[in-house]
Amino acid sequence: MTEAKPSTIDANEIDRFSRLAREWWNPAGKFKPLHKFNPVRLDYIREQVCMNFGLDLKDLKPFEGLRILDIGCGGGLICEPMARLGASVVGADASETNIEVAKIHAAQSDLAIDYRATTSEDLERAGETFDVVLALEIVEHVSDVDLFLSSCAKMVKPGGLLFVATINRTLKAGAMAIFGAEYVLRWLPRGTHQYSKLVRPQEIEAPVLAAGLDVIDETGVVYNPLSDSFRRSSDIDVNYMILSRRPREGEMSEAAASKPPRKRRTPARRKAPKAG
Amino acid sequence: MPDRAKSSAAKSDIVIAGAGYVGLTVAVAIAEAAPGLSVRVVDAAPEGVWTKDERASALSAAAVRMLSRLGVWQEVESESQPITEMIVTDSRTSDPVRPVFLTFAGDARPGEPFAHMAPNTALIRALRKRAEALGVAIDMGTPVSGISLEEPAATVSLADGRTIEARLLVACDGRKSKLREWAGIGTVSWDYGQSGIVATVRHERPHNGLAQEHFLPSGPFAVLPLPDNRASLVWTEPTRAAERLMAADDLIFEAELEQRFGHKLGPLRLEGGRRAYPLNLIIARDFVRPRLALAGDAAHGIHPIAGQGLNLGLKDAAALAETVVEAARLGLDIGALDVLERYQRWRRFDTLSMGATTDVLNRLFSNDNALLRTVRDFGLSLVDRAPPLKSYFIDQAAGFGRGARPRLLEGEAI
Repeated sequence: MTEAKPSTIDANEIDRFSRLAREWWNPAGKFKPLHKFNPVRLDYIREQVCMNFGLDLKDLKPFEGLRILDIGCGGGLICEPMARLGASVVGADASETNIEVAKIHAAQSDLAIDYRATTSEDLERAGETFDVVLALEIVEHVSDVDLFLSSCAKMVKPGGLLFVATINRTLKAGAMAIFGAEYVLRWLPRGTHQYSKLVRPQEIEAPVLAAGLDVIDETGVVYNPLSDSFRRSSDIDVNYMILSRRPREGEMSEAAASKPPRKRRTPARRKAPKAG
Repeated sequence: MPDRAKSSAAKSDIVIAGAGYVGLTVAVAIAEAAPGLSVRVVDAAPEGVWTKDERASALSAAAVRMLSRLGVWQEVESESQPITEMIVTDSRTSDPVRPVFLTFAGDARPGEPFAHMAPNTALIRALRKRAEALGVAIDMGTPVSGISLEEPAATVSLADGRTIEARLLVACDGRKSKLREWAGIGTVSWDYGQSGIVATVRHERPHNGLAQEHFLPSGPFAVLPLPDNRASLVWTEPTRAAERLMAADDLIFEAELEQRFGHKLGPLRLEGGRRAYPLNLIIARDFVRPRLALAGDAAHGIHPIAGQGLNLGLKDAAALAETVVEAARLGLDIGALDVLERYQRWRRFDTLSMGATTDVLNRLFSNDNALLRTVRDFGLSLVDRAPPLKSYFIDQAAGFGRGARPRLLEGEAI
């Protein structure tokens, strides 16, 4: 089950992929920021998925029976934890290289993950559906945000969840996530993020709502230099996550239930950070 | 490397080298909070050797809370002695009356003595019973003959020819940890030139739960109450003097002992053997490597002056178990360096500050310099008269010092 699918690449390529796999998975290496970022994202996903599906937070395999898609999976930093938690995981990435790298590492970790070099549009066209769709740190890299998000949203089964995590298009985000992380701390290669491609919460919510999902939660993520770790916060000016859910049939959609249509919770969000 | 995953080696999520109190506590704490993780403990000592340990250990209130939460303390309590009061004196061996400079009475929290003395055998027996009930495999008489930390797993070779692959290897194999050495982790150490003699005495009059620490010029002399009219002694002497005492016959040893012990508790009789341990401070430069964590004496050995060695080890166990279980609940790789670094950050500061404190205390007290004596006695009497300072020391002794504590030490589940 854990074997990589037969592929046509030669031995030199496999060596290169193995090196890249070590690089992706080295917590002190090039992808260090993603490793540091991972616990806070995983904690949020686990908590919200458990709450939505009525699962036990203390269980080591609470996601058994859930089908999860990680779109833009890279080397598999999120897919592997999801598989360990018991989910049946599809990891998709447009880059063949990332997919080969992820396959090699999953085999080493003894995990069965269905990795595919494909796009969300193609998966959606093929009629794939999932209990949970994860689109983490990916919308800021796609060419058409609306098209991408609406294909993600359409693959969410009734009662299922869509997680979108990204960087806000604010001056603060420009200063911290681009100038700070790429130029000062050198966490990310220069040019990883372009300011104009950053995405505001409204730009995520519009296509998601249009595809029939309800936005049910949003949270900011901030970096604490003292503990050298990230934590959740109500400050969504830089990193943030938006959670939406497709209502089950017969279930009153939140949008339909409340007239006028649900407003963004801007004021509440503005007050909270001062308290912390 | 992928073929490694298909090799025939036995697999376990966690392998713990060392079935002492730290190794067993790590095993019990993880197995209880995360029954889905497989845990195996291996130890070089043949089965039954642990039952010959005549020593007793001081357990802080925080450690007792953790052991209660883990279902272990219930088995130990009836054999343990609560310490309800502690006095500290600073005197010469020959002083007929030792003025008491500091007394600590009362509880860490109402109804909770700040420490207990428990026989090591009772503690190990209860931990083993609980570990086995939770499905932890314990292999005694099974030395580790080598390790490899080459990804994707830690590989443990056992002297009996078996090989086990683990996602996380925990070294609880003591001060002279072989695993630490094989992993190439260096240590910083300091030899005190002192040895601690440990013995048990029976005395005529009841001790009423009173612990005594006498700061004698040769080194601290501690009397810790045990059930019945018995006490455990930790007697520190310069190494040469300790060697002479160890070689002396019972009559001379008892005479020397009586001179230090005093006559308050009536005539004394030595029970069982006496053993001497060279005292040194040793701290590992790192507590973790990818797939490896050090805990207990393998990570640090401190001067036993404040009786905190075992309690530091139990804190390691609580912090490591919490780190591992939380990572497993997030689906993270429990042996990955970034996961283990959380444990290291958590424990290193506390270990270094405790090591430094006990070191300073020992240097301050183990001499007969008149000026130092005046200064330290003034300091002790100040502490005795200032309730906030005193409660600070009680909190330290009870294991409730500052800083984020592992949940188990608060008596909470992971």
